Amino acid sequence: MIEVLRCGPFTTVQDLGRFGLRHLGVSQAGVLDPIATHQANLLLGNDPNAAVMELTAGPLQLAFHQDCTVVVTGVDFTTSISTGKAAAQQESLLPGQPVALKAGMQITLQRPTIPGTRAYVAVSGGIDVPVVLGSRSTDLKAGFGGLHGRALQAGDALAIGRFFTPPRQIPCGIRPLTPSHVLRALPGPNYDAFTPAAHKRFWMQPWGISHQSNRMGLRLNGQALTLNNPLSLLSAGVLPGDVQVPTSGLPIVLSNDAQTIGGYPRIASVIQADIWQLAHLPPLTSVYFQPVTHAVAAQARERQLRYLERLAASLAGND
Amino acid sequence: MRYDADNIAPDIRVTQIGEDALLFLFTPATVQRVAPSTQQRLWQLTYWLEPQRASLGLIEIVPGMGNLLIRASHKTLLSTIRDLVLTHWPQLPDQDVQGRCIEIPVTYGGAHGPDLDAVAAQCSISSERLIALHSTALYRVYCLGFQPGFAYLGGLDPALEIPRLDTPRLSVPAGSVAIGGSQTAVYPSNSPGGWHIIGHTETSLFDPTSVQASLLRPGDRVRFVVMEGAP
Repeated sequence: MIEVLRCGPFTTVQDLGRFGLRHLGVSQAGVLDPIATHQANLLLGNDPNAAVMELTAGPLQLAFHQDCTVVVTGVDFTTSISTGKAAAQQESLLPGQPVALKAGMQITLQRPTIPGTRAYVAVSGGIDVPVVLGSRSTDLKAGFGGLHGRALQAGDALAIGRFFTPPRQIPCGIRPLTPSHVLRALPGPNYDAFTPAAHKRFWMQPWGISHQSNRMGLRLNGQALTLNNPLSLLSAGVLPGDVQVPTSGLPIVLSNDAQTIGGYPRIASVIQADIWQLAHLPPLTSVYFQPVTHAVAAQARERQLRYLERLAASLAGND
Repeated sequence: MRYDADNIAPDIRVTQIGEDALLFLFTPATVQRVAPSTQQRLWQLTYWLEPQRASLGLIEIVPGMGNLLIRASHKTLLSTIRDLVLTHWPQLPDQDVQGRCIEIPVTYGGAHGPDLDAVAAQCSISSERLIALHSTALYRVYCLGFQPGFAYLGGLDPALEIPRLDTPRLSVPAGSVAIGGSQTAVYPSNSPGGWHIIGHTETSLFDPTSVQASLLRPGDRVRFVVMEGAP
């Protein structure tokens, strides 16, 4: 069991997400950075879909009441390990470096080196919360999944899933990916409804990231995008990665907790290989969109899948 | 690649969304209201596709208003799905889906329906007439979205069509029965909302712990039943 001693806001239990229920209005939820989650679970010998903790802000202090291997991935939150006793010596823990903890030990994540970026804490066996509608992910908006359908708070107790392979000794950690702040994108279904000037702005302008961004969407500031003619669309299914443009003309990149149906024009969709970056784009920084072809999008995704396959194979070879 | 209308079904527009999804538009771009016959075919199509999820490699099958979004697994060939839907569309039976008929008891007005009198005044009818019109109509679940179990119900009496609130409420309680534009709906959980609240139901619209999860599914029929007594 893991006891939550201290906990910053919006720390949630997530797996890779809830799929197949968008026709009932159920959002995807799940980790915003599936690559960091894959890395963490592969390092521990877990199923890639094992549930982890997603942190948006620190601190997070956890006490382990059983032996367990832990890894932190994503951005560096300045993490330390201690024996849990008063005046105990603290050892620092780097992202991507698994560590075997004995019962009674503690781990503390302070805060992200860059505010607004995310870290993931994974444990061998995964975090064992009930599976709700096929997933352990927390749907914060609807209030189900994860632990009691809410963000974690001090005093919570989390069960650890059973693991059958003893934790491997890993000689070295793995480096987190660095966001490029360039989101490659494909034209959306309403691309042609925007003016040529809007197209130019969309692809050329640095888009400022708004403080109002969250797990529902990345809200962007810049020179507004205009339509050729007012457009009234019938509501249709939308997906994470879709870039919709509400009446303000300021785009929103839909993220995992976004609603399932929308009526705003969509100018583009972020490619699958770049969606993980949405987890690490903090307010006051900016982001660019880069047009790519379907072939480039497919290549980028293939490269990412191959990277994870190679990582899995090389870790399996360490036995 | 972007698919345009072709000779199989020239009235249907298909666009690819991102790498894995197709959006089928079954109504012309100029149409602001979906013909019930189009939506019925859409439900037929959805019911036909649902059992084939695994064999076709489909992850999401999301009916909208006169449109359908399909998200496939990344190994699925989208052109296959596109051809399958376009060739099947003209073969769909010209009849309504079976669906179910669900009755939802509603307490109109009072503390649980704070906008009832204002809406009635705006529609130039009495509150009693509003309740009668709202509770005698047979509604259809066009699609679900906005929040889990939130059904967009078509079939609202045109006399009750009014614009949505200028400023959405920050919190609409779960169970609120509301109207907005040409539609009516029940809020399954507490949320912000821009529709006019005319009543309240105790019926649970969404239960994530049940297998069915959502009380309402696309194509279902819904009738609101007036609950007597003070709210």
